[in-house]
Amino acid sequence: MSKQIGDVILDVNNISLRFGGVKALTDISFNVKEHEIRAIIGPNGAGKSSMLNCINGVYTPQDGNITFRGKTFSHMNPREVAEMGVARTFQNLALFKGMSVIDNIMTGRNLRIKSNLFMQALRVGPAAREEAQHREFVEHIIDFLEIQAHRKTPVGQLPYGLQKRVDLGRALAMEPQVLLLDEPMAGMNVEEKQDMCRFVLDINDEFGTTVVLIEHDMGVVMDISDRVVVLDYGKKIGDGTPEEVRNNEDVISAYLGTSH
Amino acid sequence: MQTTFPKLLLKHAAERGAAPAMREKEYGIWQNLSWSDLALMVEHLACGLHQAGLQRDEHMVVIGANRPRLYATMLAAQSLGAVPIPLYQDAAALECVFPINNAEVRFAFAEDQEQVDKLLEIREKCPQLAHIFFDDPRGLRKYDEPGLASLEELLAAGKAFANLHPDFFKAQVEQTKPNDVSSMFFTSGTTGNPKGVVHTHDTLINRAQAGAEFDRLTSAEEVLAYLPPAWVGQNIFSYAQWLVCGYVVNCPESASTVTIDLKEIGPTYYFAPPRVFEGLLTSVMIRMEDAGTVKRKLFHYFMDLAKRVGPTRMDGKSIGFGNTVLYALGNALIYGPLRNNLGMSRVRVAYTAGEAIGPDLFSFYRSIGINLKQLYGSTETAVFVCLQPDHEARADTVGIPCKGVEIKVSADGEILVKSPGLLKEYYKNPAATAEVLDASGWYHTSDAGFIDAHGHLKIIDRVKDVGRIKGGANDGAMFAPKYVENKLKFFPQIKEVVAYGDQREQVCVMINIDFDAVGNWAERRNLPYAGYTDLAQKPEVYQLIQECVEKVNADLSVDELLAGSQVSRFLVLHKELDADDGELTRTNKVRRGFIAEKYLPLVEALYGGKKEQFIETVVKFEDGRTGSVSATLKISDTKTFAPVKAAA
Repeated sequence: MSKQIGDVILDVNNISLRFGGVKALTDISFNVKEHEIRAIIGPNGAGKSSMLNCINGVYTPQDGNITFRGKTFSHMNPREVAEMGVARTFQNLALFKGMSVIDNIMTGRNLRIKSNLFMQALRVGPAAREEAQHREFVEHIIDFLEIQAHRKTPVGQLPYGLQKRVDLGRALAMEPQVLLLDEPMAGMNVEEKQDMCRFVLDINDEFGTTVVLIEHDMGVVMDISDRVVVLDYGKKIGDGTPEEVRNNEDVISAYLGTSH
Repeated sequence: MQTTFPKLLLKHAAERGAAPAMREKEYGIWQNLSWSDLALMVEHLACGLHQAGLQRDEHMVVIGANRPRLYATMLAAQSLGAVPIPLYQDAAALECVFPINNAEVRFAFAEDQEQVDKLLEIREKCPQLAHIFFDDPRGLRKYDEPGLASLEELLAAGKAFANLHPDFFKAQVEQTKPNDVSSMFFTSGTTGNPKGVVHTHDTLINRAQAGAEFDRLTSAEEVLAYLPPAWVGQNIFSYAQWLVCGYVVNCPESASTVTIDLKEIGPTYYFAPPRVFEGLLTSVMIRMEDAGTVKRKLFHYFMDLAKRVGPTRMDGKSIGFGNTVLYALGNALIYGPLRNNLGMSRVRVAYTAGEAIGPDLFSFYRSIGINLKQLYGSTETAVFVCLQPDHEARADTVGIPCKGVEIKVSADGEILVKSPGLLKEYYKNPAATAEVLDASGWYHTSDAGFIDAHGHLKIIDRVKDVGRIKGGANDGAMFAPKYVENKLKFFPQIKEVVAYGDQREQVCVMINIDFDAVGNWAERRNLPYAGYTDLAQKPEVYQLIQECVEKVNADLSVDELLAGSQVSRFLVLHKELDADDGELTRTNKVRRGFIAEKYLPLVEALYGGKKEQFIETVVKFEDGRTGSVSATLKISDTKTFAPVKAAA
């Protein structure tokens, strides 16, 4: 691989998150470098999604801070995060089921539409032109994700694997610099997983997008990630290249159990 | 017309440069490529290929789906006097090795990453393959293989060269001659290596023209290019006839959007193998059964009418005043919208070929006003040998010899063809060439058939499979297993048939029921069953199948040649014949010899006059485990009919 991995773009420092007495995350620190694929793995309930939600601004951690492109935040606001170029997909697909694939992906362009609501409703001059430009961008995404046959299909009628792709398409529509993927391969069959891997690699490759992904499937993670963070019961137990993580004693015991 | 493909391209560019030559759907919009833009692209590609070292008479592989640039590359190679070889885009990497080495290919065009990966994988086995040009750069940015370059780079280099040498391209095209080799198609033999079928410009153009004249094709036709470019039929419909007639070839967005693109384009000239027509019909019927009562009743009423009078109407005969009015009403309410839904509103000529088409399926399309016809031909004959005239389409014949074709039937029933479109040779294989092309220029098709009373060719079977009945009432009668099997398979309840009769007293068949169709039939009759084996042995199912067999017998009895092939006894098999068990080939053809050995007790019981027979069979599951299925199979006798000699 001749990929150029850049400097640290996202730095997570000593994050702790509690829900009442439940410690979801305890003193987590790791960083993400530009253009890399960074995986967060761990058994069920390890705090992976909570971690993503902290970066994304959905949860506010009690301690710690996050540095993004040199700016430090003690809590992130979802809209600001999106405006800074961070997009995400969801573990349980938050799509608009009754809307077509195109319209769903178009919603990802929301932040980039300049004309006001009134002009958009009437489709006058600049608004119509702008819509055409955004539509063209969306068409490129549809082509990229190979969902041309479903352009006008209501999302609710698509099989799960394709809905996941639409979810990814909507995130891509934001032209993100950092893409957070929450279990992109969950519930997929082998072929769908392979397709999704290819898309993630191609996104990283073609657009240089930094990818942070949570994944259950160890095979997938080890194949496509540059570096891996391992969480268990809200604590970081490993961090490094797939090879290092695979040989880490703590990781092995968290996944496979230990003999006593 | 003594010309070549590149000359035809330049003629269209000069005479009607602004007219669209191709369309490709990209980013949701159909993009036009005019004849003059295409000619310019071909010029730049040709100059680029020349610079890269492509020589006259050299072969160049093109592999990928139907894309304007794939066709432009073929034209560019032909402009330089080189020979394009289209390969199947879904072929496995190893299958590409033989053609590439056989034709000593140094240059290849690959559509995308998938095809590039394939070629790179076999590069060690094909050391001479020096240049690979790709169209779609996606995923290929980081590839650092020697000789791998994008088509963009080739076009840019070619453009620079063309600017320095403005007359080079025209001079090259001038040098192409009608009798030069233009293309090569590899046909997959059932045994041994594939054979390269060599065609000249003239053989393909001559046949393309004969077909175009027959159906009065013009430059106004619209065609959807969706079958593999490596298949000779696709080459004729989307390349040879495209350049001869100058019509528009439309490239679908991707394989999965073909049905959508079909509706958007509304082709006027359409080709599909029978299975495509069958798939379309099934999807319509399923949706119709889910429709509201009124719509469904209306649909069935008018479909009955269409079935009664539609085919007669398509034959150009009168159907009476009342029926004409009713049919017009049906056309407005049902047939028109249905054709539109199938994407066939504008179809003027539609063809099917490749395998036998069921009479019901065939007349369904004709009855709703689609001019579906059959043709006969092969890679070796550049497709057009026989064609059905507009008003004489039948499900069981393949038409009359078209312009320039002579047909005769040899002593052993084989069809021999003489035509200006015959292959020049099999590449580097004089032995195989001599086997099919005899000294007096007849091409041996290895199909058995005859010319019927109306002058239409009728195909029966492969020559090597045709046998004789020995002994009994029909001693010496011709037995064509595939013909009998196909006739039975046209019933939706029957999925697979194996017929025996060669060197036997009578014809016996083993039948596989279609689990979906018969299962559905049983459910509607409240007939409970435990699974495939149980359902197959129900007396009611035997009764159902018996009716099918007897209908076929009645049909065969009026056939002059094949009255002796009527089925005397049959049984329904307890398991589905399966390629995993070696009973079918990978292309789903029955392996008669293998099945006869495997089910020897059943064959013996069929011919031994037994009423039932116990059988136990080992089956292989998809995951590789094995198990066994056993059952006692009933054997039924069927009614046969005295041969009726045709009046003519």
